[in-house]
Amino acid sequence: MSFLNNVITGVSLGSIYAIIALGYTMVYGIAKMLNFAHGDVIMVGAYVCFLAMGNSGLPPVVGVLLAVLVCTVLGMVIERLAYKPLRSAPSLAVLITAIGVSYLLQNSAQIFWGAATKTFTPIVSTDPEARLWLVPGQLSISYVAILSVACCVVVMAGLTLFTGKTKMGKAMRACSENKAAAQLMGINVDSTISMTFAIGSALAALAGVLMCSAYPVLSPTTGSLPGIRAFTAAVFGGIGSIPGAFLGGILLGVIETFVKAYISTDLSDAVVFAVLIVVLLVKPSGLLGKYVPEKV
Amino acid sequence: MAMLEVHDINVYYGAIHAIKGISFEVNEGEIVTLIGANGAGKSTTLKTISGLLHSRTGSITFQGENIAGTAPHKLVGKGLAQVPEGRAVFLQMTVEENLEMGAYTRPNAEVDPGLEKVYDQFPRLKERRKQIAGTLSGGEQQMLAMGRALMSSPRLMMLDEPSMGLAPILVDQIFDIIRSLHKNGTTILLVEQNARMALSVADRGYVLETGKIVTSGSGKELLSDESVKKAYLGG
Repeated sequence: MSFLNNVITGVSLGSIYAIIALGYTMVYGIAKMLNFAHGDVIMVGAYVCFLAMGNSGLPPVVGVLLAVLVCTVLGMVIERLAYKPLRSAPSLAVLITAIGVSYLLQNSAQIFWGAATKTFTPIVSTDPEARLWLVPGQLSISYVAILSVACCVVVMAGLTLFTGKTKMGKAMRACSENKAAAQLMGINVDSTISMTFAIGSALAALAGVLMCSAYPVLSPTTGSLPGIRAFTAAVFGGIGSIPGAFLGGILLGVIETFVKAYISTDLSDAVVFAVLIVVLLVKPSGLLGKYVPEKV
Repeated sequence: MAMLEVHDINVYYGAIHAIKGISFEVNEGEIVTLIGANGAGKSTTLKTISGLLHSRTGSITFQGENIAGTAPHKLVGKGLAQVPEGRAVFLQMTVEENLEMGAYTRPNAEVDPGLEKVYDQFPRLKERRKQIAGTLSGGEQQMLAMGRALMSSPRLMMLDEPSMGLAPILVDQIFDIIRSLHKNGTTILLVEQNARMALSVADRGYVLETGKIVTSGSGKELLSDESVKKAYLGG
């Protein structure tokens, strides 16, 4: 039973990683940049929800919506001010700027909300009794875990439909492959990139709220480690690939949980990264990464 | 007035002066070709017209409107389409999705009739419409790139080296398609290294050498011009 309990914990943690990884992978796929500030957007989302629910006493749904709204705008503003001017700059300059934005967000959070760790108010009850019992007394799923997995599945399905069926989504895929050709089709590449940041940041806000509900501590650096793990998940699954981010996120959550349960809590990150290295050695494009031969 | 008037453009890649004061025009209903060796500035000229590159001087007038400095994504809607060098189809998208992208600026109601028309012109694309473009042969990709440009119902279609890398039989096929597009009323600006083929379909041609126009004339005149023969038609 403890094995199945660990699977459940792993999948629910992995669902949160997957939602973060989807944002990473979409931005990478279209803007071809690693947005290392993505993790800190998670933190901002969690703070917005925390303040809305705690200080203003708003219901959880409103808190989540506010977090999503603020982060969507934040993501678009970051892109417009920090990354857009560097569109034709070397990728190293963009990377360093992203790291700078990451610190800017962390330090701003510290100034506005203080460095002290806060106890997050979960958006669904985390009372030990608030869980669904599959096998009475032995196997159960917490409501937060159910919500995380459900959100992840909905987000994944929504993004798949969006990129596969809608005009805007197809235009995003066209931009991700060839920006000059996309422009020649009449696609506005700048607004497409902005849209991608909006979607990625909205997902980050959702992930932040879910994560802090499951593990209710909140500080200005809350987002950085999950951000890096989700980045790993995106690379693991094949960066740029939406199903890859999903698979990578879930696998990462399960591996992390199993290492913590059966090997050592301290070694979980080491094992996760070792697995990543092995996967990349065998398949450099990641589990579901695509390699498309180009005809000249 | 000509449909497209390019007047005195100068284009630089950093410090390199790639286009040195080129002027030419394309009249409605014509096929006009720019020929020249690799590096003469043919593709650069097309990219400047479509807004991917910018000229420091002069003007580019399309249907009476100065389009120099207009963002490339705004030109398609004005009736100017480009089939890029190396085809640049979206390799990970299906044939039909590629064609839909070509109609990005058109109202949704025009997409299906547009697809019908392109499939009539290119039956091969219809057979492969659910296939990923990366799995097509070079000739099929060229057809797809042309079909994709047609989806925007262009007044003027610019083709950048459509014969590049294709087997001779496919080159003949591509030029047959260019003739039939022209017969159906599309004005064409064709950039080619295959000067003999290009001049044989073109009403008029311009010869580019290191960023300058050195000769111009009707297709027939250029085909029989001694210096053109020597330099571009193998004697």
